[in-house]
Amino acid sequence: MKKRHRKLLFIVIGMAGLAAAAALVLNAFSSNLVYFRSPSDVAAGKVNTDNPFRLGGMVREGSVVRVPGTLKVSFVVTDYEQDVAIHYDGVLPDLFREGQGVVTEGRLDAEGVFTAHTVLAKHDENYMPPEVADALEKAGKSADGSDLSPSATP
Amino acid sequence: MSPMSEFFAMGGYAIYVWSAWGLTALVMTANLLLPLRQCRKLRIELEQPE
Amino acid sequence: MSVIKEYWHKLSSAKHFYPIAGALLPWFLIPALLMLIWGSWQGLVVAPADYQQGDSYRIIFVHVPAAWLSMMAYMVMAINGAIYLVWKIKLADIVAESAAPIGASFTFLALATGSLWGKPMWGTWWVWDARLTSELVLLFLYLGTIALRGAIDDRQRAGRAAGLLGLVGAINVPIIHFSVEWWETLHQPATVSKFSAPSMHSSMLTPLLVMALAFTLFFFAVLMVKIRAGILEQERHSRWLSALYAEAPETTTTYSPEGEPGRNG
Repeated sequence: MKKRHRKLLFIVIGMAGLAAAAALVLNAFSSNLVYFRSPSDVAAGKVNTDNPFRLGGMVREGSVVRVPGTLKVSFVVTDYEQDVAIHYDGVLPDLFREGQGVVTEGRLDAEGVFTAHTVLAKHDENYMPPEVADALEKAGKSADGSDLSPSATP
Repeated sequence: MSPMSEFFAMGGYAIYVWSAWGLTALVMTANLLLPLRQCRKLRIELEQPE
Repeated sequence: MSVIKEYWHKLSSAKHFYPIAGALLPWFLIPALLMLIWGSWQGLVVAPADYQQGDSYRIIFVHVPAAWLSMMAYMVMAINGAIYLVWKIKLADIVAESAAPIGASFTFLALATGSLWGKPMWGTWWVWDARLTSELVLLFLYLGTIALRGAIDDRQRAGRAAGLLGLVGAINVPIIHFSVEWWETLHQPATVSKFSAPSMHSSMLTPLLVMALAFTLFFFAVLMVKIRAGILEQERHSRWLSALYAEAPETTTTYSPEGEPGRNG
């Protein structure tokens, strides 16, 4: 009986130690666990722009310009505080549209233009029929039912 | 398009939607049938010891 | 107290749980199959297309339940592994062993269906973000416990080693769950979570919840069958099993000892 309790205590302590170790490791590596950086991170100099990196944010409404006859497209990625202009030559995912989230992968040049070799669409966790989305929009709310707020994460 | 072919077309995402659902059906069927068969085999072995 | 203790003792003995598992099987399986049929019909036919993703979002009705099950099955495995480590209850070891392959197959399913959804919507089959990577780690943890059992001949040592790995790996389950909140990921946050109202229209949410419940019941149905197979395997030479089967009359198809259910399954 006593041995059993000791074993249980051992496991509990072991699990607690492991959880603490995992928390420390995850914390130490958390900058690598971040899949993409925001335009504000770039503006604040938090990103080493010598290397390629992933930039995520919302596609600014009205910013998408396509070059006719080619796959070339340019648009602005914003987190509603800072903007970065993106140039891309390639196929865009089906979900790519203005006002939606994207994660782009590429390089920032000296002029502050980001040349992407990959553009991935990021969608949110909201699902609804088109009619409901239309009705919400007419009521002056964003599709997720909340008021349009600039702090919304992509 | 008829409602039926429209259903199978899945708005142009047929490959993705039907692959995902088909794979799910396959994995779940295997999950159920394999252990049932193993259980029967073990019982038959018990019932007919050599 | 003594009644509870006795009840627990009976429940945790392979001999007593064998017929219980057989009796429980139809209670899990029949509702699971009915709900799977209803949920599939609702999810594929009745639920409207999504305003952003069109019909491609219908993958959610198999993807989310599979992902949920991959984590729940892991907890069943880890908890039973821990019970075996502490109390040496053989049945717990059988439960842990039984849960692993089911969990692994649903983890694979979550990854595969997610990939099939990511390609058209995100524009990629796979990214190494925190959510997808931690789910892949879950698959490796399952495969690790299965491999450990395969590698160690001694049943007790195998159970202890697999139980310990399962327990250590349990730390990954909350990491999977919270990864989308702790770090920027390509994967979106949870649609259905305990802490907030679901961000899904009811016409889509109902089939999703029904499918999740159906998958859960299905898991327990398969678990019951596998536990029975595990008990048959392990207790092959025990007297109670011989009494149950071997000494039965030759007409095995018509005779059912003790009205034991699940024989025709």
